Amino acid sequence: MIYCFLHIFCTVLIIVFFGAMLSFIERRLLGLFQNRYGPNRVGWFGSLQLIADMIKMLFKEDWIPTFSRSLLFVVAPIIAFISLLLVMVDIPWDNNTYIIDLNIGILFFLIMSALSVYSILFAGWSSNNKYALLGAIRAIAQTLSYEVFLGLSIMGVIIKAHSFNLIDIVNSQQYIWNIIPQFFGFMTFLVAGLALCHRHPFDQPESEQELADGYHIEYSGMKFGMFFIGQYLSMMVTSAIITIMFLGGWFGPWLPGYIWFLLKNIVCIVFFILLRAALPRPRYDQILYFGWIICLPITLLNLIFTAFFVLLH
Amino acid sequence: MYIKSIIFGIITQLRSIFITLKHAFQDRETILYPENSIYLAPRYRGRIVLTKDPDGNNRCVACNLCSVVCPVSCISLQKTQDQSGRWFPKFFKINFSRCIFCGLCEEACPTTAIQLTPDFELSDFNRQDLVYNKKNLSISGTGKYHNYNFYQQSGVFITKRKKNNIHATPINIKDLLP
Ligand code: SF4
Ligand code: SF4
Repeated sequence: MIYCFLHIFCTVLIIVFFGAMLSFIERRLLGLFQNRYGPNRVGWFGSLQLIADMIKMLFKEDWIPTFSRSLLFVVAPIIAFISLLLVMVDIPWDNNTYIIDLNIGILFFLIMSALSVYSILFAGWSSNNKYALLGAIRAIAQTLSYEVFLGLSIMGVIIKAHSFNLIDIVNSQQYIWNIIPQFFGFMTFLVAGLALCHRHPFDQPESEQELADGYHIEYSGMKFGMFFIGQYLSMMVTSAIITIMFLGGWFGPWLPGYIWFLLKNIVCIVFFILLRAALPRPRYDQILYFGWIICLPITLLNLIFTAFFVLLH
Repeated sequence: MYIKSIIFGIITQLRSIFITLKHAFQDRETILYPENSIYLAPRYRGRIVLTKDPDGNNRCVACNLCSVVCPVSCISLQKTQDQSGRWFPKFFKINFSRCIFCGLCEEACPTTAIQLTPDFELSDFNRQDLVYNKKNLSISGTGKYHNYNFYQQSGVFITKRKKNNIHATPINIKDLLP
């Protein structure tokens, strides 16, 4: 019992540490892509930047505005932090390296991703600030249009695997990774996943230039830190799900499974960061338009064709 | 047409992603500042100095124009006179923690006493230390204008003090020079 508890505690701690470390890695990579240096002052090549950030966040005044709805104001960052962290529980790293083997694995991811929007809604509404509210409204509209095909785009994979279980899904890709037969599903899931974790270019809810940071404008100190790390956690979860659903999970020659899993994950995360460096943020209505007019039909067609071919066999 | 524009858009996006990826293998352009020094153009607007004219006298005549024009009101000075009736500032303070280095004071100054130099390393641990007074601001040289001497240009010579009657040669009003 105690051992089990410790095991889970350590795993969570490691995941959160890597989530925080990702902020440093992202800044270094962005520097690399944009011909500049990232943080390189603190420690060896800036490796202690994370600790400097932690000190700054912990000692900043954690102010709850008097005009806010304080209960929801406090709850919002907790939801943001927890919701996608919980998905880590059912991600299999290897054929037998996982915390829990859920039969509804991928549904659990969809549930939690749908819940995570509440954090933004609560944060934006309870801050009692018009920029925050605008950010929240944008987040809701974006979620409404992307959640639809977030689910639909992986249905092709599920049809092929005949299971919601993540391990079964990976095992169904033993001979060919799903990225090839399910290419359009992969593309739309990538877009929806980006929109899900509010990464650039889909960072509408927090766009600094227009909304001055959007939904977390009133947050400071560790509450802001939870939003911040929560975003990186959701990025890790999304890339893990992409790896499992489309990139063949732990399959790969020579190396042990979890190394392959980790490598594919890292490739995904680096690609996310590359997208951030490369693409501009589209206008608000363009994003909705793109979601409904282009991505949704593609996913539906993909779903129909997959079902057709599965029926043929 | 519609499909064509979609495909064209996707290709341009992929192209920009690829170009950004290529940048990862190029040299970095950042100047690592404290290790490598920076070239600043002579007209760069940094720390403010009070200069002296070619004869080594203070240029400032305490006319208050710089203080008036300053958008953030960070210059304060007080006028006083010497024996011959020449004005000079009794104290002259610039609060560099407020200065926005706009250069308007330099534009306004009729005697080119106040000048902005390309020195920008002004950081300090204590906010009070950023209030510079006359002693900190004055330099012994002429700054950017080596030969300019206000009293030669304007033609005002102060010989000796006469009450309310300073001897002055008239200004050539056709001349465009200051
Ligand atoms: S540079 Fe501008 S802000 Fe600074 S002292 Fe001169 S007028 Fe004032
Ligand atoms: S510095 Fe120039 S503008 Fe300012 S008081 Fe002196 S003479 Fe006048």
